[in-house]
Amino acid sequence: MRAVITVIGNDRVGIIAAVSIVLAEFNVNILDITQTTMQELFTMIMMVDISKANTNFEKLAEVLDVKGNEMGLKIRIQHEDIFKSMHRI
Amino acid sequence: MIEPYEIVETIRMISSENLDIRTITMGISLRDCAGADMDILSARIYDKITGAARDLVHTGEAIEREYGIPIINKRIAVTPISIVAESSKGDCVKVAHAMERAAKELGINFIGGYSALVHKGYTGGDKRMIDSIPEALANTERVCASVNVATTKAGINMDAVAHMGRIIKQAAQLSAGRDSIACTKLVVFANALEDNPFMAGAFHGIGEPECVINVGISGPGVMHNALQKLGPKANFSEVAELVKKTAFKITRMGQLVATEAAKRLNVPFGVVDLSLAPTPAVGDSVALILEDMGLEKCGAHGTTAALALLNDAVKKGGVMASSHVGGLSGAFIPVSEDAGMIEAVKSGALSLEKLEAMTCVCSVGLDMVAVPGDTPDYTIAAIISDEAAIGVVNNKTTAVRIIPVCGKQAGEHVEFGGLLGGGVIMPVNKYSSSAFVGRGGRIPAPISSLRN
Repeated sequence: MRAVITVIGNDRVGIIAAVSIVLAEFNVNILDITQTTMQELFTMIMMVDISKANTNFEKLAEVLDVKGNEMGLKIRIQHEDIFKSMHRI
Repeated sequence: MIEPYEIVETIRMISSENLDIRTITMGISLRDCAGADMDILSARIYDKITGAARDLVHTGEAIEREYGIPIINKRIAVTPISIVAESSKGDCVKVAHAMERAAKELGINFIGGYSALVHKGYTGGDKRMIDSIPEALANTERVCASVNVATTKAGINMDAVAHMGRIIKQAAQLSAGRDSIACTKLVVFANALEDNPFMAGAFHGIGEPECVINVGISGPGVMHNALQKLGPKANFSEVAELVKKTAFKITRMGQLVATEAAKRLNVPFGVVDLSLAPTPAVGDSVALILEDMGLEKCGAHGTTAALALLNDAVKKGGVMASSHVGGLSGAFIPVSEDAGMIEAVKSGALSLEKLEAMTCVCSVGLDMVAVPGDTPDYTIAAIISDEAAIGVVNNKTTAVRIIPVCGKQAGEHVEFGGLLGGGVIMPVNKYSSSAFVGRGGRIPAPISSLRN
């Protein structure tokens, strides 16, 4: 299963590193990363494969949320289908 | 690959524009629960509901977490109780208590189906059941009732209309200490729908399968923000196009959640209801959308035209996005649940008469309208008859959810709490409709009903 991780907040050193460490711990493979500034906010978008993850979706979402709060960022993980269904016919 | 701006757009809709799935409603047939007395029936109903829907809430929550889209309500609609309880002896209110216990056990905030369909006439069971509605609603928190008093095919059952005027007054009096809140859970319909997932009017129609999942979407906030960005110079073709595109995106969410929920619960998917359902949250208002189109206040001249455009464009955009569209599908205008409507009433821009006109071009009808507590039952019945006439003649659903708030007068404040909101009591026409309502009988079906 593929999921989209989005990190939104003020830019700072080590955002990609911090998120990548969490993902590596859970054996989540990063497929693609893009980053951009949207409406003056740093936005990083990661496409990841969680089919070989050593934890469940819920736990992963929780750990990322806590990591985000520590860094003053909003980190979300969502099933890719929500974006596909809204934007692709 | 999805583009970054698309991902950000979806996230913005959810996080700052109140995009959510308003309800996943499981329809459950109770036709196999009938029993010789109300105690047997109630026990069977409790068991059936708690068995069929045991996974509903946590499945909804799992979908919410995985897709990152809030699902505000998980609800249940059952076969109209008047049909299920027809041959049971005893007090029908016992069934309402069984529904309440089942909903509580499952963690569900509303359960619909304490209902009767009497558009052409009553059976003995219908009469008993309708007479029990005030007590049932005043003594439960989660049970919702509805009564269908008219259809395009049958005309308007004016005996039932007059009866419902009295029932609404009784329900108001039995919950007098709580701003007559029992009436917020009671809908009087014309052309009621079998698959509507929205409360308080949801029930599981007799043509429906054993169990079904219907989903109601939301999204006035998303529409409001899109129109704000479009600006005041865009013409109506551009406005309609934008509403269509936005409705398409919102509905795709509903379709995704509906099919996923149906799959996980192993229950057939029924319909997505394409409704713009407001909440009291700031910005999540249908009135604001109408004002975005250039009206100083909702209720100003032009409001009906604006609503007609909105309602039509939502359907055109949404219908392509879902495999099965049903339910009410259109814009809702529940006054107390919409911050913009409340504001419009307070400022004197929106009257009951204008609301009635608006119901000709949108889904449902006079919804969540608080009126003075001393409004006579025949005036409430006459208001119902006007709405029923609009529905019957135009071949659409209309409904009346009106609250004659005991002890309060026009202009006074009323608070129902939560999603039900609050607002200001609206004045009603002071001239009497008593003799009109008193005639009884049936208003015949219109000529447009003869389509064979």
